Amino acid sequence: MLCPDANIRNMTEYIIRRLMQSGLVLVAMSVLVFAGVYAIGNPVELLVNPMADEAERARVIASLGLDRPLWEQYLTFFKGALTGDLGKSFVFNVPAVGLILQKLPATIELAFCAMFIAILFGIPLGLWAGLRPDSIPGKAIMAGSILGFSLPTFWVGLLLIMFFSVQLGWLPSNGRGDTVNVFGFEVSFLTADGLSHLFMPALNLALFKLSLIIRLTRAGTREALLQDYVKFARAKGLKASRVVGVHVLKNIMIPIVTVIGLEFGSVIAFAIVTESIFAWPGTGKLLIDSITSLDRPVIVAYLMIIVTLFIVINLVVDILYSVLDPRVRLGQAQGQGGH
Amino acid sequence: MSPVLDVSDLSTHFFTRSGVVKAVEGVSFTLNAGEIFGLVGESGSGKSMTGYSIMGLIDPPGRVVAGTIRLKGEDLTGYDERRWQAIRGNRIAMIFQDPMMTLNPVLRIDTQMIEAVLAHHDVSRDEALCRSREVLVQVGIPSPDERLLAYPHQFSGGMRQRVAIAIALLNKPDVIIADEPTTALDVTIQGQILYEMQKLCRESGTALIWITHDLSVIAGLADKVAVMYAGRIVETGAVDDVLDQPRHPYTHGLMGSVPANNPRGRPLKQIPGMTPSLLSLGAGCAFRERCDRATDQCAAMPALEGDVHAVRCHHPHGARP
Amino acid sequence: MTTAAVQTPFQRIATDFARSRLAIVGLLMLALVIAIALFAPVLSPQNPYDLAQIDVMDSKLGPGEKSMAGKTYWLGTDDQGRDMLSGIFYGLRISLGVGVLSTLLALSLGIVFGLSAAWFGGKVDTLIMRVCDIQLSFPAILIALILLAVLGQGVDKIIIALVTVQWAYYARTVRGAALVERGKEYVEAARGLGLSSTRILFRHLLPNVLPPLIVVATVQVAHAIALEATLSFLGLGLPITEPSLGLLISNGFQYLMSGKYWISFYPGLALLLTIVAINLVADQLRDVLNPRLQK
Repeated sequence: MLCPDANIRNMTEYIIRRLMQSGLVLVAMSVLVFAGVYAIGNPVELLVNPMADEAERARVIASLGLDRPLWEQYLTFFKGALTGDLGKSFVFNVPAVGLILQKLPATIELAFCAMFIAILFGIPLGLWAGLRPDSIPGKAIMAGSILGFSLPTFWVGLLLIMFFSVQLGWLPSNGRGDTVNVFGFEVSFLTADGLSHLFMPALNLALFKLSLIIRLTRAGTREALLQDYVKFARAKGLKASRVVGVHVLKNIMIPIVTVIGLEFGSVIAFAIVTESIFAWPGTGKLLIDSITSLDRPVIVAYLMIIVTLFIVINLVVDILYSVLDPRVRLGQAQGQGGH
Repeated sequence: MSPVLDVSDLSTHFFTRSGVVKAVEGVSFTLNAGEIFGLVGESGSGKSMTGYSIMGLIDPPGRVVAGTIRLKGEDLTGYDERRWQAIRGNRIAMIFQDPMMTLNPVLRIDTQMIEAVLAHHDVSRDEALCRSREVLVQVGIPSPDERLLAYPHQFSGGMRQRVAIAIALLNKPDVIIADEPTTALDVTIQGQILYEMQKLCRESGTALIWITHDLSVIAGLADKVAVMYAGRIVETGAVDDVLDQPRHPYTHGLMGSVPANNPRGRPLKQIPGMTPSLLSLGAGCAFRERCDRATDQCAAMPALEGDVHAVRCHHPHGARP
Repeated sequence: MTTAAVQTPFQRIATDFARSRLAIVGLLMLALVIAIALFAPVLSPQNPYDLAQIDVMDSKLGPGEKSMAGKTYWLGTDDQGRDMLSGIFYGLRISLGVGVLSTLLALSLGIVFGLSAAWFGGKVDTLIMRVCDIQLSFPAILIALILLAVLGQGVDKIIIALVTVQWAYYARTVRGAALVERGKEYVEAARGLGLSSTRILFRHLLPNVLPPLIVVATVQVAHAIALEATLSFLGLGLPITEPSLGLLISNGFQYLMSGKYWISFYPGLALLLTIVAINLVADQLRDVLNPRLQK
């Protein structure tokens, strides 16, 4: 067997390599974003408040260095990015980065709840559909997942509002509920009012991922059941609950966990639609408002922050994967220690 | 001495959309304690399915449609899943062909061994661990404590198969069914494992069914042998009798095509034709298309005739005087 | 290749397809949607964008209610007095049109890049695949939103956004399938005959790469339609002069709370049925065209 030191060395090498890769991608993205906002079209139009007069305009151009060569502008942008200064919002006249970070907790809360719902229901339902694919519940689950997959999120949100708010009047259709301060963050799922506001948007956001997880789990289960180790486990006389609950589950968890991790980033992006429908005060709604009101610094700041978030998530998932799969973690050690 | 395993007229059919596949048809044999029984045949001959049938591991669309299986007098036919679970891994154990695939790659060896013990005995985890260590030593694995903490991919092929054998021995079964356990292994390892299995079975009195397509393996290992073709036993008897004086044309052909039996420099003798599809078996002897001794009489299925050395053929090769 | 030889595989596909009743239902629904989209001007009781034909007095009538002149509005009217049924017909036309057009364009781009990557290999392959990977690791809606934020509104800009979002997926699929085909014997044979790369690519490789592509493209049309609807709903999609179903839904959203659900609901239903129909057909197509399931 490989000595433990070699394992740790391998892991650290791997992590460092991935960190460097991520850094490169981040820089590349910053160049792209910069090019998109500053170089295409008239940067003056993009960055100067359209309400400004001539004198103000000239002042801003000079202070932003828009009359300087492009590469100098990029360096200023880059420096600003490193210190967290990406300009001020036209609409709110506060630093864009600060604005986004302020709204981020609301979005993250929504995303977490959505993922939670998706995993909590998705995995058991997917397992069932995989174990008994020809039963009526099994087929119903699959049909439901196709539906959840193809329905546009905003339409489902519409339906939810129609049903729970208009027809039944049970749940409020917009805004966020009362919040409680936990470790410096405002969270709303700890209050009853918060939950009633949280339920529909979280459910709406969860639906797509729920369908995805169901399909994934089902496919994984069906494949796992065909494997020899399942036959062997049965031949050992193990109870079916153990065969499925331990042998099958542990094998399918690895790819599922990786997908869930990767999908978390897209949940944050999808939140844009849900937040608009339910007027949830998160970064998604901020983005839409900024696009319609042409508040470009906020758009740029949002992009950079989201991209960073994505890259971090990808990195974490990669590392998590190599930790979870013992074949990757411990390496192949064929023929060691004799026959 | 009453037999440990008594299989009588076992038939297993698969009911598929394209028709009924008679994978196992009218198979009978008995096994005594400590005896090693070779079940030989090509793929599709029904040998593996016979093994699964004896373990109750036939899943739909397959079903054991006829026959009885008696384990030390206990009739296992018609058992439900719960009662089968008590038998599997406990009184009858199985070893599969590819140990890489049969051991769960994401679970540790000790987990996979301990659960096999705990499934059948109400003992503590430590006791189960102790027993696991015991059998690992028995199959010749050095430093068992280290091995127990390892994962399957950290072993070589031969070692993995030893672990699989160890798992089979955990609960001191009456019968072990080994389904081509050495096919995926190196020839040198093959020899070692064969020898060790023989020793283990003799010592512990466990009966062993060794399923293989390779005649040469049986020669040095088994006491009794049965040759299967297209779901039926076509010849059975003591190993030396069957291999030295094969009576069924198929067995005769198999022995003739073994490279060692062929004179040098001449083309290898082969049995002409191909195994028939199990879906389109006619009424008569399944081998007659390929048999040079076939006559019209062979349109009727011959019965298995003979005492110690039995053969299912209308025109078997004669016994030497 | 004679037409006789081409008929049989098609017939086989058609019969296999017909095995699933659900898929037939999907196909029928799809045919209906396409027919409506094509013949909308003829089928609609009213042209909702011809100001002369609408009467603001008829606004916000419920489904089945009649106008002053005695015309029945089967699905009600919106806040401007436009007939919902006609609006939906026209909306379907636009939604379907944009979806199909963007898919076809993305498909062509994807084929060109995918085939190039598979055929030339090496640096070309790595470059194209890296770009694809990076693009695919970001959610489609984000990319589309950013593009629209930078480019502005308009039909052409929407189509550019949709194409940009989709091409990478096709390129990857095509490349994968092409790599498999490239290793096969008939390609060696064609090269041995001295045929030019382009000819081999398009006349020999492409037809064999087509089956998985058809399945992917069909599903993607549904995604494109859904994405466009979402973008329009958010107010960033098609302009008001080309109202797709998404815009209709968005318009009606504000009336949801006051009980005038039909302004949003029926366009939404039309959208849903279209997407479900496409998915049903695509699912069955996938099973039918999958060579591994052919027995």
